[in-house]
Amino acid sequence: MKLGSLTRHLGLAAVALLAIAACGSSPGGGSASCSESAAKTTTSAASCGGMDALVAAAKAEGKLNVIALPRDWANYGAILDAFAAKYSIKITSDNPDGSSQDEVNAVQQLGTTSRAPDVLDVGMAVALANTQLFAPYKVSTWGDILDSQKEPTGIWFQDYGGFMSIGYDSSKVPTISSIDDLMGSAFKGKVALNGDPTKANAALNGVMMANLAKGGTLDDITKGVDFFHNLKQAGNFTPVQATTATVKNGTTPVVFDWDYLSAAHGTDVPSWKVFVPNGAILGGYYAQAINKNAPHPAAARLWEEYLYSNDGQNLWLAGLARPVRQAAMEKAGTIDKAAAAKLPPVNGTPKFMSDAQATAAKNYLVAHWLAAIS
Amino acid sequence: MTVAGIPAVATRAGRPLLGGRRFSLDWLGTVPFFAYVVSFLLLPSAIIAIGAFESASGGITLDNFSHLSRSYIVKTTIDTTTLSAVTALVGAAMGALLSYAIVTGSPNGVLRRVVVSASGVLAQFGGVTLAFAFIASIGPAGFVYLFAQSHGLDYYAHGIWLFTVPGLAVVYLYFQIPLMVLVFLPALDGIKPQWREATESLGGTTWQYWRYVAGPILFPAFLGATLLLFANAFSAYATANALINQGAPMLSQQISNALSSEVGAAEPGFAKSIAVEMIIIVTLVTVGYTLLQRRASRWL
Repeated sequence: MKLGSLTRHLGLAAVALLAIAACGSSPGGGSASCSESAAKTTTSAASCGGMDALVAAAKAEGKLNVIALPRDWANYGAILDAFAAKYSIKITSDNPDGSSQDEVNAVQQLGTTSRAPDVLDVGMAVALANTQLFAPYKVSTWGDILDSQKEPTGIWFQDYGGFMSIGYDSSKVPTISSIDDLMGSAFKGKVALNGDPTKANAALNGVMMANLAKGGTLDDITKGVDFFHNLKQAGNFTPVQATTATVKNGTTPVVFDWDYLSAAHGTDVPSWKVFVPNGAILGGYYAQAINKNAPHPAAARLWEEYLYSNDGQNLWLAGLARPVRQAAMEKAGTIDKAAAAKLPPVNGTPKFMSDAQATAAKNYLVAHWLAAIS
Repeated sequence: MTVAGIPAVATRAGRPLLGGRRFSLDWLGTVPFFAYVVSFLLLPSAIIAIGAFESASGGITLDNFSHLSRSYIVKTTIDTTTLSAVTALVGAAMGALLSYAIVTGSPNGVLRRVVVSASGVLAQFGGVTLAFAFIASIGPAGFVYLFAQSHGLDYYAHGIWLFTVPGLAVVYLYFQIPLMVLVFLPALDGIKPQWREATESLGGTTWQYWRYVAGPILFPAFLGATLLLFANAFSAYATANALINQGAPMLSQQISNALSSEVGAAEPGFAKSIAVEMIIIVTLVTVGYTLLQRRASRWL
């Protein structure tokens, strides 16, 4: 008991010292500070004494736990190094090849321990299913994120992603300028999806993109299924699982996939091109979330601020992923133009499936997909 | 079984217990076998069978089984069973002929050694590697097809049959035939040349030799091997999944879809009911085999 209260007092003293240090290190920042308990619940940098106070509190914590961030995925290696160097914060990167579900499992199993992940980068299905685990937070560039790409209180907010596209080997098939081109005889047995749409998210989005291109809406995927039915009747749809190997050897010279994944085939197949049909710009994004039991609450929030700063967004862009603030940064002229030029071009306003729309599409596919393509 | 436990068992086994009856501990020797069967066969089957009656919310339900009547599951069941039966019968017939050809040659000859070693490797060559070997050779972008096509032979003129269920059967034969060679060769080795000589010296014809001597001896082994081939094809997953990814034409793929759909179509209970369906089908085939075996093992 005595020891307990002693530690608590020491802790308070440390916090007080930190607060003083924070004040001291923010030139012209006034007397604002961001204590640990305040950082745990703060929903923006401004409500915790401003950016300088947040930086000071994060530096005092000195550590950040991240999980499931492969160094070669969306340029995360460079991002981790840049953040660690800029703020002198030691990053523990756990289970880099884990899945979104692994991240959530770690949050649940490690609870309030110091090893628990501070921040998460998860797929939307997982984000929506686990909102009770996250702390709301709005980064200072919050206004640049479209309303359809964030939870209004900041429980989750999308970070980077891409658009569904048709990738093709221009040395094996003619140039594609419309989705109807795929019905031509030159595409016999050559068009593939990345997976079965009743199982794989990328494939479901592929069918939805065809649906939009054929004049369908996000609420009704019928036209997309009809398109693949006709494609199958014409003998152009191949049931093979499209992989890097089948793309390289030419068995699947036309693949519906996310543009940032498809563009990566260019390293194996120099004649690989990526096409996004007009009016069918279907976005798919990952989302950031902060663990509500984050052992380093200030560092967690500073990490998000960094990711959504111009530097963080441009680093994602250099990894061929489209950062969520891309449109706003293009307008403001702060985008890395050379990196942006490497992305496949798109014209129009991107659309995003809501959770209800994705569920409706899934239900229709489960009932009709097999009949449509056999 | 601990090493330390064995001497203790031996002393106790030899001592007469109360009532003068010897209490045999011989059954202890079977413990590892039954432990193995229970933990790797009965326990998983029981977990699956129980799980098949669980609803998504945790209650008990029969819905998972009523879902088996969905049209795509019925079609998949018929396709999978037919494919397994056809590749088992064709594989068994061709594998038996190949084995016979080997047996008639020199027992230590190069041919025999090469074929047996190759069969040992090829019988385990299923999966993505085998699927891609076909895609890269006779597939629509494969070098064999491109060569044939440039010489006027377009064997995909009426559609790419490699990515259909009959095409899958051809691919399956590439591991079914070698497996048949491996399991049927020992049976053929048991046939003594003297039996044939005896038949001939008694005036029997080749037909009579096969019909009344070698046939009845080999038939039970042939049936058993065919059953093994059936189960082998029935449970295969990766080969089918790599070649026909759309629509999941095999039951094993339907289980995978129901277990791990990332678009929200996951139905774990339904996956288990499909597994139970597969267990029942294999059981029925095994019962049929046992009845046939009983008839076949009666001499003549």
